[in-house]
Amino acid sequence: MTEQATEAPKPHPRAPRATAPQSVTVERLTGAQSLIRSLEAVGADTVFGIPGGAILPAYDPMMDSTKVRHVLVRHEQGAGHAASGYALATGKVGVCMATSGPGATNLVTPIADAHMDSVPLVAITGQVASPAIGTDAFQEADICGITLPITKHNFLVTDPAEIPRTIAQAFHLAATGRPGPVLVDISKDALQAQTSFTWPPTHDLPGYRPVSRPHAKQIREAARLLGESRRPVLYVGGGVVKANASAELKELAELAGVPVTATLMALGALPDDHPLHLGMPGMHGSVTAVTALQKSDLIIALGARFDDRVTGKIDSFAPYAKVVHADIDPAEIGKNRTADVPIVGDVKDVLRELTAVLREERTAGRAADFGAWRELLDRWRTTYPLGYDLPEDGSLSPQQVIQRIGELAPENTVYTAGVGQHQMWAAHYLRFTRPGTWLNSGGLGTMGYAVPAAVGAKAGRPDATVWAIDGDGCFQMTNQELVTAALNGLPVKVAIINNGALGMVRQWQTLFYNQRYSNTTLHSGPDDVAPDLKGTRVPDFVKLAEAMGCVGLRCEDPADLDSVIEKANSVNDRPVVVDFIVHEDAMVWPMVAAGTSNDDIMAARGVRPDFGDLDD
Amino acid sequence: MSKHTLSVLVENKPGVLARITSLFSRRGFNIDSLAVGTTEHPEVSRITIVVNVEDLPLEQVTKQLNKLVNVLKIVELEPSTAVQRELVLVKVRADNETRSQIIEIVQLFRAKTVDVAPEAVTIEATGSADKLDAMLRMLEPFGIKELVQSGTIAIGRGARSITDRSLRALERSA
Repeated sequence: MTEQATEAPKPHPRAPRATAPQSVTVERLTGAQSLIRSLEAVGADTVFGIPGGAILPAYDPMMDSTKVRHVLVRHEQGAGHAASGYALATGKVGVCMATSGPGATNLVTPIADAHMDSVPLVAITGQVASPAIGTDAFQEADICGITLPITKHNFLVTDPAEIPRTIAQAFHLAATGRPGPVLVDISKDALQAQTSFTWPPTHDLPGYRPVSRPHAKQIREAARLLGESRRPVLYVGGGVVKANASAELKELAELAGVPVTATLMALGALPDDHPLHLGMPGMHGSVTAVTALQKSDLIIALGARFDDRVTGKIDSFAPYAKVVHADIDPAEIGKNRTADVPIVGDVKDVLRELTAVLREERTAGRAADFGAWRELLDRWRTTYPLGYDLPEDGSLSPQQVIQRIGELAPENTVYTAGVGQHQMWAAHYLRFTRPGTWLNSGGLGTMGYAVPAAVGAKAGRPDATVWAIDGDGCFQMTNQELVTAALNGLPVKVAIINNGALGMVRQWQTLFYNQRYSNTTLHSGPDDVAPDLKGTRVPDFVKLAEAMGCVGLRCEDPADLDSVIEKANSVNDRPVVVDFIVHEDAMVWPMVAAGTSNDDIMAARGVRPDFGDLDD
Repeated sequence: MSKHTLSVLVENKPGVLARITSLFSRRGFNIDSLAVGTTEHPEVSRITIVVNVEDLPLEQVTKQLNKLVNVLKIVELEPSTAVQRELVLVKVRADNETRSQIIEIVQLFRAKTVDVAPEAVTIEATGSADKLDAMLRMLEPFGIKELVQSGTIAIGRGARSITDRSLRALERSA
């Protein structure tokens, strides 16, 4: 084959879906101008990026664009996570831009992150001039090859005439079907050359046909299983948020009276305080949610993918349950857990049609009653609520800090989190009431996600308060984007849950490595190297914040907690960083140890819930 | 484990083969044999892949392949309803004493002698994997100096064409 481009006319031109039919415009301009015009035409209003040699031609017309705002970040990783934060907060496609070589490779982590969490993202990278491709030229990296396994699709463009079509296709691919990242790598000579700009372009994606309408027969089969079940659970994943299907979820859950567990990626899809919401499932899920799945006889999975962090040891996950699995990606169905009823389709349509069938059944007098099941779950919920003890030494409790931030935050605050203990506590103790207000790195588990994602969310939703809940380990990976925030009028708020350690790793060392704390202490170096710096606050996050043009605050005493949070909430002209010095031994509970069965969930250290025997 | 033959129709574009083979390796599947070429439609290439997997992982790999934007259609060809062929070129040690015996084997397997030298005979043979294995076993005692084998290619029996069918479907959805 055929590792060469064909010059033959494209066989199956298709009408673009992203743009309505309109008069076609043709103009002469450079490839770079064509790129910016294409971004304007697809409706991109914000681009996060850093210029460099190969992408430089694009930055010249970018300066003149009145429709596209470019936010200059401090590291390309920040550009990628900011674009993700923007995308998740607005529901639009996030855009990031970088130059060739190191610029492009710095985007690899956020692209992989977006791929795991199905975030619609378009990454545009400059590439060395096409005659130099493959010669190990200065700042050359095969970014299409590198990102092959972590993008939904990618393109290398060396013909300037292909720029408008490629950009239109990239946005179409990123946003439709199962969303995901698309990379467009454009050679410098293509950006510099004269070309004609034609809009709207025709799509040429003959192999891309995402299914959105579910099969009616499968919907009826799902309804039949629900009618026969006694202990059903709706297992709701990030797909419900991506499909904007929260209202439909609520309608179905309430109509059928089926309890709901929303994953880390789906928090906010159903309000936390909804009586049918059991909390989050998984390794650090609520005892009730985890056990409801274990004891259920029917799991209806909606836009969820049976991730190992949810299922625990897969062989012993939900052993009594039949599975209805609805997902827009056919490859997710049956991947980890066999589905008795597979439903391929947009989860919004699935929910609507399933609700319609259940409503018919109800009218016909056929409706299952799950009252006894709900009562049982309520008893578990009362017996094993989420909770924490305040430290006996009077120091700050990290859980309490996060809970109070949530309670004192204005309506519709958007939260981001890094990865680790603080992320799990945020998932437990913030109160989520609507979708799109909880942004975190679920699949890839990218430490350092919180600050750049918050910057992106604030750029997309300037009127919303944006709180980044971060750890001191995570914060030191990407805090430079606070400079971006300070200089670009993006006043985010950052809570550093500072326990002076890589807390989640430390927790595992406490539980599984005999309290041998190998390389998890952040507030001092090795004992023999700098004993005088032991237990110090290096870096001083307050000074660091001030150096970056932010307000820096510190809180160490529980008595000051509310006043410091209120002070942070009152600053709206600059980013605020609050250094919360918290107790280092706090742990995340409940917990299912990695590789064990969800039946072995521990509600707290040494506390094994007792559910008695269920009659099956 | 059992052998499955997949015919994958793809857009004839740069880098498509790498997308397919890297998907197999990162999802943990081994390719037994691979053959690639253009079809009667120059914009479409056909990749024939033979894999040795259970049915369930095969379904998963097929679904993952279908997600690749450049993949147009995947058809599994059953041995009973498809013709499968491989090509081998094999250089066998030969002298005046053994040459005639080798030629006899060539004729038995309806293969062809494509080159003769004083110390060797080069043979071209096509057929199913079983037939070619049998021929190579017969030739082995003479001394195989060099062997090159193509991947399996396969086509369904009867009048139906998977390229026509899939291209018609694509045109309808356009």
